[in-house]
Amino acid sequence: MSLETPYRPAIPGSRQTIPAESEFLKPSPQGNLHLSSPIAKLLKNNTISLQNISVNFPHQGKTLAAVKNVSLDIPKGEVYGIVGTSGAGKSTVLRTINLLQKPTAGRVLIEDTDITHLQGEDLRNIRLKIGMVFQHFNLIHNKTVADNVAFVMKIAGKPHQEIARRVPELLELVGLSDKETVYPSRLSGGQKQRVGIARAIANEPQILLCDEPTSALDLETTGAILDLLKTINRRLHITTVLISHEMAVIKKICDQVAVMNHGEVVETGDVYEIFAAPQHAVTAQLAAHTQDLELPERLLQNARGALIKVLYRGGKAEEPVLSDTIKRFDIDLNVLHGKIEYINERPLGVLILEAVGSETEIARALSYIRGRVAQAEIVHG
Amino acid sequence: MDNEYLSSLLADLSKAFIETFQMVGISLALSIVVGIPLGLVLFITDRGLFWENRLVHVLGGLLINVVRSTPYVILLVLLLPITQKLIGTTIGPLAAAVSLSVAAVAFYARLVQGSLCEVDPGVIEAATAFGASPLQIIREVLLIESLPGLLRGLTITAISLIGYSAMAGIVGGGGVGDLAIRFGYYRYQTDVMLITVAVLIVLVQLVQMGGDKIAKNADKK
Repeated sequence: MSLETPYRPAIPGSRQTIPAESEFLKPSPQGNLHLSSPIAKLLKNNTISLQNISVNFPHQGKTLAAVKNVSLDIPKGEVYGIVGTSGAGKSTVLRTINLLQKPTAGRVLIEDTDITHLQGEDLRNIRLKIGMVFQHFNLIHNKTVADNVAFVMKIAGKPHQEIARRVPELLELVGLSDKETVYPSRLSGGQKQRVGIARAIANEPQILLCDEPTSALDLETTGAILDLLKTINRRLHITTVLISHEMAVIKKICDQVAVMNHGEVVETGDVYEIFAAPQHAVTAQLAAHTQDLELPERLLQNARGALIKVLYRGGKAEEPVLSDTIKRFDIDLNVLHGKIEYINERPLGVLILEAVGSETEIARALSYIRGRVAQAEIVHG
Repeated sequence: MDNEYLSSLLADLSKAFIETFQMVGISLALSIVVGIPLGLVLFITDRGLFWENRLVHVLGGLLINVVRSTPYVILLVLLLPITQKLIGTTIGPLAAAVSLSVAAVAFYARLVQGSLCEVDPGVIEAATAFGASPLQIIREVLLIESLPGLLRGLTITAISLIGYSAMAGIVGGGGVGDLAIRFGYYRYQTDVMLITVAVLIVLVQLVQMGGDKIAKNADKK
């Protein structure tokens, strides 16, 4: 699915979609508080800066280093992913941003302010500007959907009228207008997460932390929730940090990504680059699903010529490389398997070709293809 | 049984009922007012929570255990001097309510702590992440999420109190249980004993059913 696909909620019964120009974005009649206010501060570069963060946990009498010397700069307004297998320390890193987890060493900077040692009232005031979405939703079971959202506005000391006005707007934004008076236990997983998202953005945060937001959801709901998060990020310019163990999630919504393994960041960069040219073994493994294509055993056995794996990147995926090759060289090319997907609207493709012809022609064709696309290698024969 | 006997039994029974309600009512009210805060203190001073305090946690737990491990009849006798100072007498339902309240508060505080432990830690963490103050977390998360458990605990406490109040009758506290012991046991009036026991069974049933219903309504999980 490309990113241009309009947002559609996957849950039956919630017909709401996000209107292009929501009431929500217009300045409130009361004046001072509305969601567009963070945009004014958009010009600064990094919203979050983690500097040499280490987190140790005591574990069975020993010290367990969950996070080792992690430094990340998270640019304003982007969706920043942290990916890694479970136990890689990504959740711990995320939780240092709002100091749910105090780092053992290192500094946490938000908009150039060191918040690492804030406590009490000061820490709570910072947290008001940082929304958080949880894997298991963490809604208050004995409060209605509307009261769950109202609760975080109450925390921020918002006046009663403003809460009464904004809660329905927020629920409309996430497509749950008809669920105001329902208790969370009556909602599906996707709907619960929508409440979680409405709650997380209720206080107009500058930062939104998403801790495995779709890991408890099925595939279809995952897509809808990610679309919603992306829409909110683009519409409200909230810097979003999202962690996931699934590259598919990162691929779908993140602009940049940090790959973690055993408590360390092993690679950072643009999501497209990470997928197109993973540098670290862990990254390559995580991205493998995107780049590796399983061929049936039968095809490998019956292959008449050489099997060539071609990796397309960027604009080259749109060029007619294959037809040019066939015209230039005395070989036949047969596409056995392949796909092209779009990451951040840039194409990334993998093809498995069967090349039939003389060895020298195939070798020449291969070097020609290499010259035109990112990567080409003989994988069989 | 003649009419006169029946009407005197009825008069005794209704007087005993009023006394039981006084004792149970006072103790129950104090359980809510003192037991809930005490249970909350035990919970939030535990490891990893926002007012973590080992000393308060251990001392509070010890105090409750001392009260709870003392047999109620002994507790009652031990508290007689304090009751005398507080109420000016050791006779009557009000005096009996002193030791009953002490026992009930300790009992209920543990049940409150248990209910709070059932609250999803993720919900507490979410409130913390959104910048809630400890008092907001107590009021809007802990008490609201544990409300069904608190109500169930209150039902259990009320029923235990009805049982304890019979023992309080020994020092002249009065009440339904006391009536059963005095007439039914000491005076060999088996019919009186049976009637009072039957009334107590009905009373306990009603309290249990009412408590369950209220707790169920409060539980939206």
